[in-house]
Parts: sequence; structure tokens; C-alpha cells
Amino acid sequence: MTDPSTPARAWVFGDDVDTDQIAPSRFIVSSDPEELAEHAFNDLRPEFAAEVEAGEFVVAGTNFGSGSSREQAPLALAGAGVAGIVAQSFARIFFRNCINLGLPVLICPEVGNVSDGDEISMDLDAGLVENHTTGEQYDAEPLPPFLQELVDVGGLKAYTKAKLAADRE
Amino acid sequence: MTGKTLAEKLLSAKAGEDVRAGDYIEAQVDVAMAHDITGPLAFQTFEEVTGGEGDLFAPGRTILTIDHHAPADGVQAANNHNAIREFAAEHGAHQYDVGDGICHQVLIEEGHVAPGDLVIGADSHSTTYGGIGAFGTGVGSSDLGTALATGELWFRVPETLRFVVEGDLPEGVYAKDLILRFIGDVGFAGCTYMAAEYVGSTVESLPVHQRLVLTNMAIEMGGKTGLVPADDRVARFLEAETGQAVELPAPEDRRSDDDAEFASVHEYRAEELAPQVSKPSNPENAVDVGEVAGTDVDQLFVGTCTNGRYEDISLVASVLEGETLASGTRMVVVPASGSVYRKLLATGEMATLVDAGAVVQAAGCGPCAGYHQGVLGDGDVCLATANRNFPGREGSMESSVYLASPATVAVSALYGEITDPREYDGLPRFDDHALAEVEA
Repeated sequence: MTDPSTPARAWVFGDDVDTDQIAPSRFIVSSDPEELAEHAFNDLRPEFAAEVEAGEFVVAGTNFGSGSSREQAPLALAGAGVAGIVAQSFARIFFRNCINLGLPVLICPEVGNVSDGDEISMDLDAGLVENHTTGEQYDAEPLPPFLQELVDVGGLKAYTKAKLAADRE
Repeated sequence: MTGKTLAEKLLSAKAGEDVRAGDYIEAQVDVAMAHDITGPLAFQTFEEVTGGEGDLFAPGRTILTIDHHAPADGVQAANNHNAIREFAAEHGAHQYDVGDGICHQVLIEEGHVAPGDLVIGADSHSTTYGGIGAFGTGVGSSDLGTALATGELWFRVPETLRFVVEGDLPEGVYAKDLILRFIGDVGFAGCTYMAAEYVGSTVESLPVHQRLVLTNMAIEMGGKTGLVPADDRVARFLEAETGQAVELPAPEDRRSDDDAEFASVHEYRAEELAPQVSKPSNPENAVDVGEVAGTDVDQLFVGTCTNGRYEDISLVASVLEGETLASGTRMVVVPASGSVYRKLLATGEMATLVDAGAVVQAAGCGPCAGYHQGVLGDGDVCLATANRNFPGREGSMESSVYLASPATVAVSALYGEITDPREYDGLPRFDDHALAEVEA
């Protein structure tokens, strides 16, 4: 995972971008992150897959990731090397999938002020998004303590492995 | 202390403690489901967390289906199917194959889910199980894969958004119209992170298959789950479907307390509702059918986990009996399960549909998500009984999908344009087919 505190380009999307648009269903028979990444935002922004570079950010409006439970959607973005996703709000399952995959996400109501192509960075500990192009800072909602704990131990898989190991003892 | 919502009660039972909206909990899962899209990724997670030598938390309560690309439309889909079969064989999970039908329909028909259960499905429409009083919720593959190993998962206990509907639904108005109206009113994200609860005399009078429509589409307003309080009708329905006796939770555990706190309450009079159509390209674009009547339609699609049940397709057959599809239109019919398919064959209704010009596919998801057989081209307009009409979902980004009830789709098929179903005399009122068979 790339460090989200390093400033990089923001790819800005609107409201209600659903999982069909993030990972179109005709391409999601694969579970391979890199293969999925080749088709990320295929119909919505056809240039995304070819031009996105590791460490860049996805910025979105409200209800990002609505629709399907398919983890192929966040996996496609992880496969593309996206360092983090900042949205005004997320759909529930998508948000959960990102946490589980260890893909940094922040809910940030002011992120609508970011323009496509701005350089931004995420400060996960402080719950801040910095816009290096405009010099602005936007407050994000801190993760609830339970989720922060999950992220801190390395995501759901690491958490579950530790739990299973403890059960065996 | 105020009373508890149904969602709080259901999750309290599975967490083994008194939990309230906003709490983060770990709860015991009763049933876990994955299909051919989400299963393979979940198996990777399962193997990873168990080090390749773990057992399923409960093989008999792990259900795997092949429904999204069924039959396989390509090599990769076929390989995913084989991954499902191999995992099921190796670990002893229940597995359903090509033609058995859509996960949500199969789990209910086959008696894998009971009222009061906590069901996680790696499919967003796992909210459907709330139609029989279970807490059903959609999760991703990592969630599912870890739960297969531990039988537990973390949850945030949701607030509840309550819909109260009183009175008799007018002729031509069905549960699908109710849910499209709800989604239109609260918006596509209006119930995000929350439970949608449906109550009132109208809901109580709905047959179970109609209640499933309400809960199925809770996710289309962002809902974590959709809930209809279980009642005797649910018990009789499940007994008729599965041949197994069903024990309902105690009456006080099946519904929200009178003094429970709700995030908001939305009240409706059934008599005031008209048939609804959701315009492209979002389910929240619901309007009275009159606003879009006359819109030319190229394809009619009857099926999906929302409205592909026997009663839905039977209604379409009754309208098309002795008729042919309007010139220039095509109809794709996909039964939600093999059992639904066989019932339609036995009654002759399948022949009616084919004689009218419909194309029938193997039970499964069909073209709902643009996978195969029925995909839309540039400029195509589809009227579907499905739950989603996102841009490009059923094919071309230049196509458009309208959502409606089976009655609206059937009557529109006669005219080749979106038509108010109330113009047709003698639309059947819904009843539970399974119950009718038993009680006849």
C-alpha cells in the first residue's frame, strides 16, 4: 500500500458513483487486483486505468461505492495503486470492504472543494485532508475506535488470524 | 431506557448481550452465503486466515450458489464455477449449481434461513432475508471469508428508518410500487448504515413473496438490512415451501417495541399510491407511472431476486395469454429458481410466455447486471422488474433501464410502451402460491 501522506494527484468523481461504474460487471469475473485495475472506471473515465499512477487518490462526492457488495470494486482501486479514497460519504458495504482490505478511507464533507488534478494528501491519524494545490485543509471524520483498532492491527484478515490463534491456545 | 427496535433485538440475541444502535459488536452468524462472483475471493481469504487447514464454522450453514454467470458465459466464469464446486466438496458446504437459481430465492425456498437468524451474504441483496424476519445483510468477500472460519463478524448496530403503511393497496399497485416510492422519498442514500423496517396493516396483509420485494430493495436506499416482522403467515409459508416445521421467535422478539427510538418514521396510506416507475439511471427516480406512460420500450425483462418469483412470472403470463408482444419489442424471462421454472412448466404458463414471443433463460440472475444474454445495446430502452438501473448496468452506457412491477412490465409489453397497468382489467391480486397449494 502506498503512503497516503505523500502528496499526489486527486481523481475527482461526483455523487452516487456505484460499484458497477468502479468495476464494471463484465470485467469482474477476475479476482486479480491488477487485472481488475485495468478496467477501473472503464465507462465513467476511460482514461483512468491507463493514466493513474501508484500513490494517487480517488476523491468523490456522496454515497461513493453504492450498489453491489463485490469486493472487486475496492480491489480494482487497490490494484491501481490508489493510496486512499476521500469521499463526502460512502455506501456501507464499500466502506467496510475498504477497511477490511486496508485501503485508507476518510469521510470528509469539505472534499467537494478539491478539483480534478489537485495535489492532495491524507493524514489518517489527524483525520485531515490537505490540498497542496490550494493550500487548504479539510477536516475528516475520525474512524470510530473499533474500526481504528481493526486498521491498526492490519485489517480484518490479520485480526481474524490473531483471533483464531488465540482460540487454539 | 427506551424500548428496542427489531434490529437491536435481533442483533442482541446474536451478540449475547444487550446492544443498541451505534454499538460496535461481534455477533454469531447463523448462515453465510457466497456466489460465483464473490465466492472465489472469499475462499482466498478463508484459506489465508486459516493457513489452508481450517474448517468451516458450520458446513451445513455455509451455502454456495452459482447464479450470476449461469450457465457460464466464458472460461473465467466456468473456472469460478469450478472453484465453487471444489471448495464445497472439500469443506462440505451446501452447494447449488447452474439452473438451481438465485442465491436469495434458493436459501429461502430450501429452508436454509429461519426467522430470527443472522444471515450474511456476499451479495448486496442479502437484505432480502428480512422478509421472513431474519437479519440479512450484504458483506464483501473478506468479511465472508473470515466469518466462514470463525462464525463471527463485526457489526455496527444500525439505527432504524421505519415505513408505516396502512390500508388496502389499490388494484395494479404492488409491493414493488411501495418500495420504489419509499426509495424515491428518502433517496438512494437515505437509509445508509440503517435498517429499513416496514410495518402497518398493508404490510401485514402482504403475502411473503411481496414482503421479500420490500426487503430486497432496502439496499437501494443504502440500508444495512430490511425487516418485516415475522408472523404466522411466514411460518406457514416456510412450512409449505420446505416441508419443515418452523419455530417463530417469541412474539415480543419479532417486532420493535412501541417505545423504541427510530431515526425517522415515514407514513403512507395505501389507497393514495399509484403504480411507480423508476426512471434511468437511479432507483430513486421513482414517479407515478402516468409521468412516463408512452415511453417506447425495446426490451422487457422479467426476473431477478426482486421479482422473478412464481407469482411474478405467473402474473405476466396471465396478461400475455393469447397475446403476442408488441411489434418491435423483445422479452427476456428468467425464473428466480429452478423450482419456479418447474412450476411455470407444470402450469403451462411457460408455454404461454414463449407463445407470446418471450425468450426464457435458465434460472439465475440473467442480464440483471449486464453479464450475459439480454445485454442492452446503444440507445436500447428496457423496462425491468429488476432492482437497479445504474448507468450501463445492463449493457451499453447509452442504454436506459426503467424499473417497475411485473404488472406494469406485462401490460407495457402489450403496447410496446410504458403503460399504466390499471388500464388492464383483471390483474391478479397476489397470493402465496406455496400457501395456496397447501391450503386448497
